[in-house]
Amino acid sequence: MVIATTETRLSKPEFGTIRVKRGFAKMQKGGVIMDVTNVEQAQIAEESGAIAVMVLDKLPADVRAVGGVARMCDPTRIQEVMDHVTIPVMAKCRIGHYMEAKILEALRIDMIDESEVLTPADDVHHIDKWEFTVPFINGCRDLGEALRRIAEGASMLRTKGEAGTGNVAEAVKHMKLIMGKIGELKGLGGEQIIDIAKEYRVPVKLIKETAKLGRLPVVNFAAGGIATPADAALMMHLGADGVFVGSGIFKSKDPLTRAESIVIATTYWDDPRMVLEASKMISEEKSMMGIDIKTLKPEQMMQVRGV
Amino acid sequence: MAPLRIGVLALQGDVSEHTDMVNLALKRMGLEGEAIKIKKKEQIDEIHGLIIPGGESTTMGRVSELYGLIKSIKDAALAGMPMLGTCAGLILMAKKVQDAKMGETKQPTLGLLEVEVVRNAFGRQRESFETNVKIPKIGKKPFPGVFIRAPIIGSILSNDVEVLAHHDDKIVTVQQDGLIGIAFHPELADDTRLHELFIELILKSTFKNRFSKEDA
Repeated sequence: MVIATTETRLSKPEFGTIRVKRGFAKMQKGGVIMDVTNVEQAQIAEESGAIAVMVLDKLPADVRAVGGVARMCDPTRIQEVMDHVTIPVMAKCRIGHYMEAKILEALRIDMIDESEVLTPADDVHHIDKWEFTVPFINGCRDLGEALRRIAEGASMLRTKGEAGTGNVAEAVKHMKLIMGKIGELKGLGGEQIIDIAKEYRVPVKLIKETAKLGRLPVVNFAAGGIATPADAALMMHLGADGVFVGSGIFKSKDPLTRAESIVIATTYWDDPRMVLEASKMISEEKSMMGIDIKTLKPEQMMQVRGV
Repeated sequence: MAPLRIGVLALQGDVSEHTDMVNLALKRMGLEGEAIKIKKKEQIDEIHGLIIPGGESTTMGRVSELYGLIKSIKDAALAGMPMLGTCAGLILMAKKVQDAKMGETKQPTLGLLEVEVVRNAFGRQRESFETNVKIPKIGKKPFPGVFIRAPIIGSILSNDVEVLAHHDDKIVTVQQDGLIGIAFHPELADDTRLHELFIELILKSTFKNRFSKEDA
């Protein structure tokens, strides 16, 4: 896709341009996107100050518990949510499942998450996202994954973390890896840049662009295991542009207050007194129980899907 | 004159895009000053003008209501503080808000601009677009308009409101004294003219002298 100068173009409106797709993601910055499974949860999310909702068939914690093949949510249920909230509505499709993505686009969803939380439909390829008018978000664990997804057309990224665990440790690891590697790009010579492009299997110009910006060229949220206001503020402190909360809200015993407290902590993450205020709103007894990542078997890890 | 301090409401949204544009516009105009991110009500006392960025208007409205920020902004605006709102910012500044599909919204707004704004007027993200917008006030060259789940100004409620731009037959930019409301995102375009227009408004307003005692 070419970004032409404004002089020579746009006599007619253009849809789905890079600026329009990445721009949508920029509007999400500093906010909280909440996983929901029905209208009632979506309305609670909107009331609490969520910037968008992500509609799933099951919350990640339940996907983990139930097992089997996790697929895209029923379009009827997604439509119901779209009919009842004014904020953007996103939904997940399986990695590599072009047709689920096409269905979601036809449904006029605002953003598609090609997500490792669902069972991958293709072990080798992700979807070619350039041809879609609707923007995509993808998960990543390190800079190589992040840039490969951008090269495939992702307009927004998020850390994978380890979804449905209520354990923020993996999201922390992934965010630090990404930010650390971006820092290392600074001051590298042309040959080293080419070596990195080969290692990451991405175009040289994408590495150069990232090095020049000193950040990813698209918005990057934190996701996977965020369960408390402190978790959300921590991820913002580590450089996230915003946060996703999956099971952390609707698997807790205090969803509305918890959702509000996480919104406040995400906005005021740089003021510990405000994060304290937000933390006082909730009680640890009501947090989701959570899982120690070390107790998970390798085949139970979602983050290794689609790299 | 003291350096200009232009606030950008930084609760959520494309804040850094606006601060970058403000700093670039100031430089191009040869003015001393800086953009400042605003999160707390006390900070409203430290600025000459305020920009409300794009983002989610319901989120910004709710968070700004929690700690009295919305009242401080409104008081300052009524005392003459110039303001620029883009997309969600326009919605927050409006007197009345409707959602294109769901009708009247109960979301908190500042109620400063005498207009009724229609949210999501073009549809969902798939219907978001870029197009050239004619804005005679800033010159002949069309402005690159980036419309993202954009609102429109559905109706004008006062003669004090001047229409600056249309897209097709829809109103997409208005001005009411020191207030400018834009349905699209000039901060996402490579054109600083609308930010320059806002800075000129600040220079013309008496509000720019609000710190003159301390500066003297």
